[in-house]
Amino acid sequence: MAKYEYSYYPGCSSQKGASSSNLSRSVETMCEELDVKLNVIPDWNCCSASIGYGGGGVLPRMTLSARNIALSEKHNVGQDIVATCAACWLATKEAQERFDHDGDLMADTNKALAEAGLKLENKTKIRHMVEVLIEDIGYEQIGSGVKRPLEGLKVAGYVGCQTNRPFGIDGESFENPMYLDKLVDTLGGESIKTYEKKVQCCGGALAFSEPVKSQEMIHGIIESAYDNGADVIATPCPLCQANVEIYQDEINAKYGSKFNMPVVYYSQLIDVAYGRNAKDASLDGQIIKAKKLEDIAGK
Amino acid sequence: MSTNTGMVEKYRNNFLKEVEANVEEGEWVKMCMQCGVCAGSCPLGSHWAHPPQEIFMMIRAGKRDEVLTSDSMWMCTSCYNCIVRCPRELPITHIMHGLANYAKRLGLTPKSQPTAWFSQVFWDNMMKKGRVNELKLGLSLYFKDGLVSGIKESIKHQKLGMNMMKAKRMSIAELFGGHGVKDISDLQKIIKKAEEIENARIESYGK
Ligand code: SF4
Ligand code: SF4
Repeated sequence: MAKYEYSYYPGCSSQKGASSSNLSRSVETMCEELDVKLNVIPDWNCCSASIGYGGGGVLPRMTLSARNIALSEKHNVGQDIVATCAACWLATKEAQERFDHDGDLMADTNKALAEAGLKLENKTKIRHMVEVLIEDIGYEQIGSGVKRPLEGLKVAGYVGCQTNRPFGIDGESFENPMYLDKLVDTLGGESIKTYEKKVQCCGGALAFSEPVKSQEMIHGIIESAYDNGADVIATPCPLCQANVEIYQDEINAKYGSKFNMPVVYYSQLIDVAYGRNAKDASLDGQIIKAKKLEDIAGK
Repeated sequence: MSTNTGMVEKYRNNFLKEVEANVEEGEWVKMCMQCGVCAGSCPLGSHWAHPPQEIFMMIRAGKRDEVLTSDSMWMCTSCYNCIVRCPRELPITHIMHGLANYAKRLGLTPKSQPTAWFSQVFWDNMMKKGRVNELKLGLSLYFKDGLVSGIKESIKHQKLGMNMMKAKRMSIAELFGGHGVKDISDLQKIIKKAEEIENARIESYGK
């Protein structure tokens, strides 16, 4: 039996062939290493992220999350739900809080769920994978499994918005969370404590609808990583990762910059530090190759 | 009578009451003490004609049309800076989402507001199979202004698409079916019921 076991909510972008399939692959490797078993919520649905509000009212949106929690409570009894996507975690946890505080909303959502014979108890804890790492496993234990320290790798820890606000991780400060830096140091890398854009918004879903306005912010996020001497930006958030990595060509064309900054997930750092190869760490999923990290992985 | 005129009559121009009754977390608006912290917190701050603080003031001043036809709340990136900073703990993000949703429901959103458009496309895309089809979502974005500009946009972003395919983070298979929940009719039934319950509540206010 695995040491840790959770009900897993992977989310749309984590699926095969989707924009953060590299996150889910690297998380799988990481969980193998840390003896964590993830049981996917059978037939989970989209949470509608933080952008569904134009099409869906409060109750329909909350009910999307209610169905996921109800399915988890039915099939993965007694297990905390763990999400790897910031928006999935946030939407689900927010819905849960709302149901807790608003009995009418809870009653209404259960009326809707009854259409498919489901029922929400709302007793399940909703957690982020980073919380599992920090609160359940802990830095010390993570550090003890490091086989290939990320020596000399300078990492700009980009926490972003929704893995940080409004819920926060492990009670850390919203304005200057340190957990990503601590994790990097635990893995033998060099965290950059002066990376001032660590909680700057990348535009989120507005990177699609307002690309010019969002890319201005993304430009700043990357520029500051260069100014701070980073080899790589690391983040826990799939939308942050994609937004900061994939538009660098477009940003270069607009701003005359020469950005070519790799953006990786915390899970990929762990995989490499634990001695896994580039493929297991899904480094083949980079649009901008993380050369230095690949070198460490190839050692 | 349209829901919009119905609302105006019902609340006799008491816009604050209307917001409290119909807008997500609207009952919090009166708690705002106008400190201005949220106004300095929005990442797209310079693009907000009226930052959240001002919107709350305008609601209390009864500036109904100005608020609901504004595109300000559509500038919200859901960054949650405001929520963790507001000394009165207003759920500002949700009020912005709520105002946006309410304005759209009443047909007052400015034409071709890109985020209003995108959020609807996202919702419809997601509701088809219960999960987002990223490829189709991206294509809707490129083709939103018609075929010709769509082809131009697609060519402009061709390299990005190729890069994503190469990295196996975008898949042509999504055009033909793709991922989805098994019980899609069940999910659609559930959400339809939720919509019915919610619409009935809001429409009863308009009467
Ligand atoms: S931060 Fe809170 S109290 Fe201050 S203006 Fe904004 S909503 Fe009002
Ligand atoms: S969540 Fe929205 S309203 Fe709040 S600071 Fe961010 S952009 Fe502004």
